[in-house]
Amino acid sequence: MVATRDRIRFLLNDETVKVADVRPDETLLDFLRLRRSLKGTKEGCAEGDCGACTVLVGRLAGDELRYEGVNACIRFVGSLDGCHVVTVEHLRGTGGGLHPVQQAMVDFHGSQCGFCTPGFVMSLYALWMRSPRPGEAAIEKALQGNLCRCTGYDAIVKAAKAISSYGDAAADPLAVERAATTERLTAWRDGARVEVGQGSQRFILPAHVDDLAAVLEAEPDATIVAGATDVGLWVTKFMRDIAPVVFVGHLEELRGVWIENGTLSIGAGVSYTEAFEALNDRIPALGRLIDRIGGDQVRNMGTIGGNIANGSPIGDMPPALIALGASLHLRKGAARRSIPLEDFFLDYGRQDRRPGEFVERIEVPLPAGDAHFAAHKVTKRRDEDITATLGAFHLRLDGAGRVASIRIAYGGMAGVPKRAKAVEAALTGQEWTRATVEAAMERYGEDFTPLSDMRASADYRMTASRNLLLRFFLETSGMAGPVTVGRERAA
Amino acid sequence: MTAHVPDLKAEKIAGGVNSDARHDSAHKHVIGQAVYIDDMPEPAGLLHAYLGLSEVAHGAITAMDLSAVEAAPGVRLVLTAKDMPASNDISPTARDDEPVLADGLVQFHGQPVFAVVAETREQARRACRLARIEYAEKPFVTDIAELDRRSARQVTPPLTLARGDAAEAIAGAPRRLKGSMSIGGQDHFYLEGHIAMAVPGEDMDVTVYSSTQHPSEVQHMVAHVLGVPSHAVTVEVRRMGGGFGGKETQGNQFAVIAAVAAKRLGRAVKIRPDRDDDMTATGKRHDFVVDYEVGFDDEGNILGVDFHYAARCGFSSDLSGPVTDRALFHCDNAYYWPAVMAKSAPLYTNTVSNTAFRGFGGPQGMLGCERVIEEVAFATGLDPLDVRKKNFYGVGERDVTPYHQRVEDNVVHRVVAELEASSGYADRRREIAAFNATSEIVKRGIALTPVKFGISFTATHFNQAGALVHVYTDGSVHLNHGGTEMGQGLYVKVAQIVAEEFQIDADQVKITATTTGKVPNTSATAASSGTDLNGMAARDAARQIRDRLCDFAADRYGLPKEQIVFLPNRVRIGNQEVAFADLVKQAYMARVQLSAAGFYKTPKIRWDRDKGEGHPFYYFAYGAACSEVSIDTLTGEYVVERTDILHETGRSLNRAIDLGQIEGGFIQGMGWLTTEELVWDDRGRLRTHAPSTYKIPLASDRPKIFNVTLADWAENAEPAVHRSKAVGEPPFMLAISVLHALSDAVASVGNHKICPRLDTPATPERVLMAVERVRRASGA
Repeated sequence: MVATRDRIRFLLNDETVKVADVRPDETLLDFLRLRRSLKGTKEGCAEGDCGACTVLVGRLAGDELRYEGVNACIRFVGSLDGCHVVTVEHLRGTGGGLHPVQQAMVDFHGSQCGFCTPGFVMSLYALWMRSPRPGEAAIEKALQGNLCRCTGYDAIVKAAKAISSYGDAAADPLAVERAATTERLTAWRDGARVEVGQGSQRFILPAHVDDLAAVLEAEPDATIVAGATDVGLWVTKFMRDIAPVVFVGHLEELRGVWIENGTLSIGAGVSYTEAFEALNDRIPALGRLIDRIGGDQVRNMGTIGGNIANGSPIGDMPPALIALGASLHLRKGAARRSIPLEDFFLDYGRQDRRPGEFVERIEVPLPAGDAHFAAHKVTKRRDEDITATLGAFHLRLDGAGRVASIRIAYGGMAGVPKRAKAVEAALTGQEWTRATVEAAMERYGEDFTPLSDMRASADYRMTASRNLLLRFFLETSGMAGPVTVGRERAA
Repeated sequence: MTAHVPDLKAEKIAGGVNSDARHDSAHKHVIGQAVYIDDMPEPAGLLHAYLGLSEVAHGAITAMDLSAVEAAPGVRLVLTAKDMPASNDISPTARDDEPVLADGLVQFHGQPVFAVVAETREQARRACRLARIEYAEKPFVTDIAELDRRSARQVTPPLTLARGDAAEAIAGAPRRLKGSMSIGGQDHFYLEGHIAMAVPGEDMDVTVYSSTQHPSEVQHMVAHVLGVPSHAVTVEVRRMGGGFGGKETQGNQFAVIAAVAAKRLGRAVKIRPDRDDDMTATGKRHDFVVDYEVGFDDEGNILGVDFHYAARCGFSSDLSGPVTDRALFHCDNAYYWPAVMAKSAPLYTNTVSNTAFRGFGGPQGMLGCERVIEEVAFATGLDPLDVRKKNFYGVGERDVTPYHQRVEDNVVHRVVAELEASSGYADRRREIAAFNATSEIVKRGIALTPVKFGISFTATHFNQAGALVHVYTDGSVHLNHGGTEMGQGLYVKVAQIVAEEFQIDADQVKITATTTGKVPNTSATAASSGTDLNGMAARDAARQIRDRLCDFAADRYGLPKEQIVFLPNRVRIGNQEVAFADLVKQAYMARVQLSAAGFYKTPKIRWDRDKGEGHPFYYFAYGAACSEVSIDTLTGEYVVERTDILHETGRSLNRAIDLGQIEGGFIQGMGWLTTEELVWDDRGRLRTHAPSTYKIPLASDRPKIFNVTLADWAENAEPAVHRSKAVGEPPFMLAISVLHALSDAVASVGNHKICPRLDTPATPERVLMAVERVRRASGA
């Protein structure tokens, strides 16, 4: 029997908060603005897309205290147990003036209407803490989740480059107080299950994974929440009743990434940011793909497991993982099973997850040294946009230049992430030439009948999807000129 | 903040005109202490309202059961059309076609039908979902492409501009062509959505805090609906979190509902829609379909043009009349049309009523115009820039616009010549051609486009402004005027002007919230006119007080007025210098009035809409941009490699603020023309109603190389305030260079023989489809 606690506790700026009367769907933004009158954090969209509500959340990852920008509008208060929430009101410069981030924003005219500004300040603060002298690409990446409608961004990017000329990141209060804060948060680790609320209106933080299994056996219809980047919108947009909520984002056991016998294991609770750190060197194409999922805030919250388990046809990780031959490992109580990832997606909105069952991890066979792998996402706007079509390709050639094996999977082209089996068949055993690729491009109609919606027409989805195969061919065959456009700047 | 100690030896005041003063609220913005309406301390007993929206695009309400709404937890009041005390109409141009709440008939999906007032916002919002409304659905139209654009129902009378005989000129021209262009709309996506808070007062009084660009109109609408005199209604706004035209009329509805509920219940009421509801229920930039016919010769000289500008106006007129008028006023951009006919068609659709948005129809007018230039370039094989230069307005000749105003301040030749040189246009065009010759998949394109934009409200009577200035006995100054602050830096510019007038440091000038109680009968802060109008009015007020101080000093010290000189923070009176504050104190003791109301009306302008003739614009603002793009011909994805801008704002009052307007306007325009797409489905529902589906530019969308320069030689030919020029809207249209660069890149797949006729927004999808079309047409 695990110990239980009936209130959550976290640090809010420099104040300890202990609350029992937390609604399971109460957002951090409402808590800050309505309960605490901390009005510096703004609501722009209430769906995690504009960044006006960006705050930092410091959490213990192992023994390390990590501060990450998150969207307060879709972050549930219950999920903050044991964390340090930092809002714009907490920033101070040495001597009581403006913080270096703030002073740079003022001096470079980085605000006009000012409504998005606190969010930008917080995102730049997070960037500056981890990278005091960021380059243009790092700044753009850090700001993918922040919309500004007034400035055109140039002034903000200039400010971002100049922050360190206003102060030393190592002397920043959060850095100076890091050890003390770590100690405070560590002291709160009591190994207890936390349950706040009454009856069905509860928010539950299991003590560990075995406890999670037990909680879900008792509450098989509970909403499992990790990053809340999707479930948050069920609340803010659809006003759905999601209680009881079982939170899994704090479970260290689900946050590991490790390699054993050529197989990469990714815990279900691993965030996109953590996955990027673990995978970018090993499978750079996955790193580039993750860079185009959400903004920094969403990548800090959203998880690989959640992206799979919610079954979206436009989730971006599944096609890539399917192309790599990933398997999904599920658990219910003490029972465990694994299935090929592609088999998890039964139909639109329907997955092979039983009541009380949860995703523990994803296993990915590492691509062979001579394999080619790519994942190409096509969107209306380059960054922080939802897929129109996404093609993932995993190719091995034999010694004679013939296709020994190819796995192709798409997102956005059907009600589920889906293999292009007719196209694969047309290529397998053939010479890897433009002619065979162009012939295989004619087979897409056998695999897909895409829809038209606000993101793209069926025609466009089909044409672009076919052409992505050609792009993959041109990449792998070493075409002289550029195969696509990008943000990289000419040297 | 500590009290200011003026420097009495300064050679120059801090923060006067022509300085790079920071935005007055910059410090508050970055620390999160700038107060927007939702951040204000809430009055005790505050209630929250929320709107219930229609679920069909067009239909009669046959039954409305709101009993579950009324019974929901926390609900205190449910309002429908019949609850509007004196009127249910908020049409801004008095056409009586825009109900506060739908009365029996709904005309677009998402139209407000009822409002709920509850103890919390969440209770009100939840209760809205409990309504049971039945409709007898009627046929609806959302897309003007489905209509006969020459005969379909219009929401307001159209305009015709004509000069010369266009039909004859086209018929007699050596070459002719015709075509049409579809131009998408745009959501404002101000980061702060609509919001209003009404606080009831005694008698008939109510104070409304409204996120509005037009407090006087909100005042009139609230008074009209409540049936009370305007004097009973006070509207105040300190700042908006962005406006861009979206808060010129669209705030009325929220303010009215808050005020009606507040008076009915005797409690303060706040209303703030969720982003999705804001985007669904409030108007946007007008979509257009432009039909054009042009006659020209082989040298690219345009001899005659005929334009038909049809606009998706939505279900009511709102500002569609003046918006479509302004489209016609910009069917010439910077070009002289020897003979021209231009007609507007403001069409009725079952969509939200479209409204003002930065440029106010001008950008759409200009896009049609630039398409014609492009067509002529492709037809003649000339570089589009050469066609542009050939057809520019002359100086002292070929200078009459389609509305018969002469262009008297033309600097487009100089602007374009300087930008052509500084951007290296000719060399880069050659380099791009060489690149495209060897690059199979990625193609590049470049375009240099000009902007000439007319400054003034075309409704002449709006071109007036008032201000109120007080000088207190310690020498500090209280400034108020009719303009509103939405981020554009109006407040700081007007403060600079007042500081300059008194020769005191700008932080001695207290900027105060715009309120109808201090300055009445104001115009919307719109049409780029904020500084021109309010700056002059504030200067007038300051000057009256300064003149009184001068008269007083001359009298007191027995000197001629010429010997009273206002120096920085002090006044030289004969041989001695007196601190400004000391002179003020002396004047007070001598019973000199230290408060003044200022006024300004723009000279020279007149407009006869029936004749289509006049002098509607006080002056023109000019600029040009050169953009280079790369496109991926497999997916249509693109990036903007580089943009160079040269823009003129006269003698800039504040270069930092002006650069911010230019950069921000350009990027916003680029979003309109590239990734911002409004999509309605077959039930008439807007499907792009949140940032997850509606994509405004990010930092990573701006040009990789972005060089923005203010013309340092510029000066307004007219005596506008300190010879500056308006800057709010003109830079928006610099983004047309991006569209034309995309078109140029697309055209490369057909060897520049076929005009891609790239419609907007030029999403990757439209770019790819244009690539495929050009390939097919050229047999490539």
